[in-house]
Amino acid sequence: MTRRQLWLRFIAHLDRPLLLGIVLLLLTSLLVLYSADNASWGQPLNQMLNIAAALTCMWLIANLPLHYLMRTAVPIYLLGMALLIGVALFGEISHGARRWLNLGVATIQPSELMKIGVPLMMAWYFEKHEATLTMKNYIVATLLLLVPVGLIARQPDLGTALLISASGFYVLFLAGLSWRVIGGLFVAALVSAPLLWSTLHDYQRLRILMLLDPSQDALGKGYHTIQATIAVGSGGLLGKGYLKGTQTHLDFLPERTTDFIFAVYSEEFGLLGNLILLSLYSFVIARGFVITANASTYFTRLMAGSITLTFATYAFVNMGMVSGILPVVGVPLPLMSYGGTSMLTLLLGFGMLMSIETHKKLIKT
Amino acid sequence: MNKHVELKNHQREIYYFRLRLVVSIGFVLVLLAILLARFAYLQMVRHDHYQTLAESNRISVVPIVPNRGLILDRNGVVLAHNYSGYTLEITPNRTADLEATINELSTLVEITPKDRKRFRKLLAERRNFETLMIRSRLSDEEVARFAAQQYRFPGVEIKARLFRDYPYGEKTAHLIGYVGRINQTDVAQLEENDLAANYRGSDYIGKTGLEQSYESELHGATGVEQVEVDSGGRAVRRLSRAPPVSGNMLVLSIDAKLQEIAFQSFGNYRGALVAIDPNNGEVLAFVSKPGYDPSLFIDGIDTQSWDELNNSPDTPLNNRALRGQYPPGSTIKPFMALAGLHYGERAPDLAISDPGYFTLPGSSHQYRDWKKEGHGSVDLFKSIVVSCDTYYYGLATDLGIDRIASYLPRFGFGKKTGIDLDGETSGLLPSQEWKTRRYGQKWYAGDTVSVGIGQGYNLVTPMQLAHATATLANNGIGYKPHLVREVRSAHVDENHAIGNEPLPDLGIEPAHLDLVRRAMVAVTRPGGTAVQAAAGAPYHIAGKTGTAQVIAMKQGEKYDEDQVQERHRDHAWFIAYAPAEQPRIALAVLAENGGHGGSTAAPIARKVLDYYLLGKVPQPLPDVAEKEEEEHD
Repeated sequence: MTRRQLWLRFIAHLDRPLLLGIVLLLLTSLLVLYSADNASWGQPLNQMLNIAAALTCMWLIANLPLHYLMRTAVPIYLLGMALLIGVALFGEISHGARRWLNLGVATIQPSELMKIGVPLMMAWYFEKHEATLTMKNYIVATLLLLVPVGLIARQPDLGTALLISASGFYVLFLAGLSWRVIGGLFVAALVSAPLLWSTLHDYQRLRILMLLDPSQDALGKGYHTIQATIAVGSGGLLGKGYLKGTQTHLDFLPERTTDFIFAVYSEEFGLLGNLILLSLYSFVIARGFVITANASTYFTRLMAGSITLTFATYAFVNMGMVSGILPVVGVPLPLMSYGGTSMLTLLLGFGMLMSIETHKKLIKT
Repeated sequence: MNKHVELKNHQREIYYFRLRLVVSIGFVLVLLAILLARFAYLQMVRHDHYQTLAESNRISVVPIVPNRGLILDRNGVVLAHNYSGYTLEITPNRTADLEATINELSTLVEITPKDRKRFRKLLAERRNFETLMIRSRLSDEEVARFAAQQYRFPGVEIKARLFRDYPYGEKTAHLIGYVGRINQTDVAQLEENDLAANYRGSDYIGKTGLEQSYESELHGATGVEQVEVDSGGRAVRRLSRAPPVSGNMLVLSIDAKLQEIAFQSFGNYRGALVAIDPNNGEVLAFVSKPGYDPSLFIDGIDTQSWDELNNSPDTPLNNRALRGQYPPGSTIKPFMALAGLHYGERAPDLAISDPGYFTLPGSSHQYRDWKKEGHGSVDLFKSIVVSCDTYYYGLATDLGIDRIASYLPRFGFGKKTGIDLDGETSGLLPSQEWKTRRYGQKWYAGDTVSVGIGQGYNLVTPMQLAHATATLANNGIGYKPHLVREVRSAHVDENHAIGNEPLPDLGIEPAHLDLVRRAMVAVTRPGGTAVQAAAGAPYHIAGKTGTAQVIAMKQGEKYDEDQVQERHRDHAWFIAYAPAEQPRIALAVLAENGGHGGSTAAPIARKVLDYYLLGKVPQPLPDVAEKEEEEHD
């Protein structure tokens, strides 16, 4: 085998348009991270390691044939559930919430695993019952979603619980949940909102109230929103220039390498930069939809659609939060924020998309 | 045919799926449009506004620290208050060379190495645009000297801050506690409870005593001021202000004068006194002696003072009233007697013959009475009046440890009283199960014998004993003891009285109660163990003396007070309530190494009762009297 053949085999299962979009976003991320970390290489270098590890995992998943992928659904889901129950029983409390599980070797946050585990399980379940879908199947699938979501909401980690609910809902929606039920759910959500409000923890209520009037809590969480909005707004059309954001470099922006990295980007590159970033995200999302449309089986269609929509949701929620139209829920900006766990989860998802795209021909034949 | 249907379904399915996909794409486009609209709004329409904000950011969010609530006694006497003093503060962000600035400052005002050390510590923990204190409590002269030179020090300013003061000092130290600087542990705790925002700008937090247990009432709500500051860090314009809400005022049930008299009545003895109103559980006096000067702790105690307090053999930092655990000695006897009556192990008129010792069946070991020759014929009444040990050795043995362990908790032994102070200890009420768990040993009959006279494994706190006495004084209806009577809001009419919390009625037979209570009155009459301390009182006192062994005596060895080192002398106890017919006050007094309860602890109790019931102030105050005597000699 020549070197060229080896190379071709190596990239055979990588979807080139998707990879291009991801790599462009990752490069932007490193650029912004350098600025956000006060022009130091500390966090960008660490992030490169995170990226390298996550890309390797993506490549592995992309090379995994689909029937293997399907086979992982049940074990991953069960493992995730076991860990979630473990957290509820023995989890470590940090900042008033019980999210982490100490396994001796490492502390892990099982809710992260469920971001993939839940839609995977639901898609698997629908594929299993594809021929004879009845209302009962939708109810079972909803339960598969609600049990882990309930456990995560109890931790309490409302942000993650809502995001996983969204991923699960996308699967239900794509699986053909009737419009009437969707409408009913919507109404039910509106009606139960006051009820839900009463079960929220004080800090969760605070975050929502604060959105209506950030100055209410100008010393605490409201400070994040106020300063981030100032950063975005003062960026203007063209931005203040790379490494010249005053909000960033005068220390006004909190959590600027993680959840609030978009404020740094937006301040330094302005509306034009935002348009470019949104285009990059749109490109990745569009490619995801193309892969979804071309997917050959029920399972892969549901999975690809859910991954793509979830990615879009994360990006929207983070940018909405930073620009002050959504509550501060602690969601990182996908592919941009510093942090290894979310990078890994995202690239695993993209690995699945690639596998779905590149293995479909084999199935058709 | 079959295949045809399947194919058709498949195509329909794909069609529906694509339809859903189109809806999804529409959904994403809507999200995109929302973001675009928001970005356009912020970055085009409102750009100028945010541009200004960023340029003058320079907008500093300044917390306004609320005034900490006062603490008053039941008559309005101030026990903790705030006074304003001047501090010298530095804004690090506005100061180019900190070290040089501080050196320069030290030519104007005294800055000790301790001040520098504290400043460096604050610097390490600082938050954005916070001003950090370099010196506190400047004199007027220092303020004037700095003010004249202020132009030379951008970012350095004089601020008026409030300091906490405790007028009663060591007398209320274990009751009021103190505030201290917020440290890393406090910060973690505050973040854990999501309170960090309300403590921005706050320097102090309650560390012990009521200052700690009522921290959430006392602190108040922090206000916010958004101000524009110039490049020198000076505020030039106020943008908005949300005023702080002062902390709530605590009105205690403590009587400050009574507290003072109780404290001084101890003379040179170490010990504790807790006095309770038996009709509602209000604590009237709460003394632990020695106390300490709480003001030492407010701005961080220096090493030397700390070592002195911490290494003193008198352990002044130990809250004896709340946390000191001592054998109850003979003060347990009235309660033991009630247990004996309750289980029918002793009839009121049954008399035993006391030869001066007790032996367990089949053993020659002698458990000795405090009176070598014995008390002769002793019934229950007499057993309390003369504090007969032999009677209770036998009673405890007949009751058995399990029945003792199940009866005494009714009076609060072996568990926390639930008083509104943190860190209470629960004493120890031993049982078979406890000994197995604690020592892995089985319970011996001999263990029960000593429990009968309040020795052995048995431990109580002065707080517990006062509570038990109050419960007895109120005919078996106890109240959860509490120090705070009322929480008074500084602003709105939101005052709320702290309710008196009655505990379940113990349902003691009136005849049993009557017998024990009559015996306790006889304790302070001729023939009783506390007759001297009660002499001449125009009201009746019901009491019981107690002596708690510090070191164990060998079999047959005689305890000789003069030969024993002072620290190894017995602790003296006295519990009492008065007037015996209609009790208004119940108390427990402990004098460490005081010897006999009747001669050391009871006179302290008498002074407290005289003041509370008659308004009689000991003249002159006892510790002053002793000093004067020494001078005259």
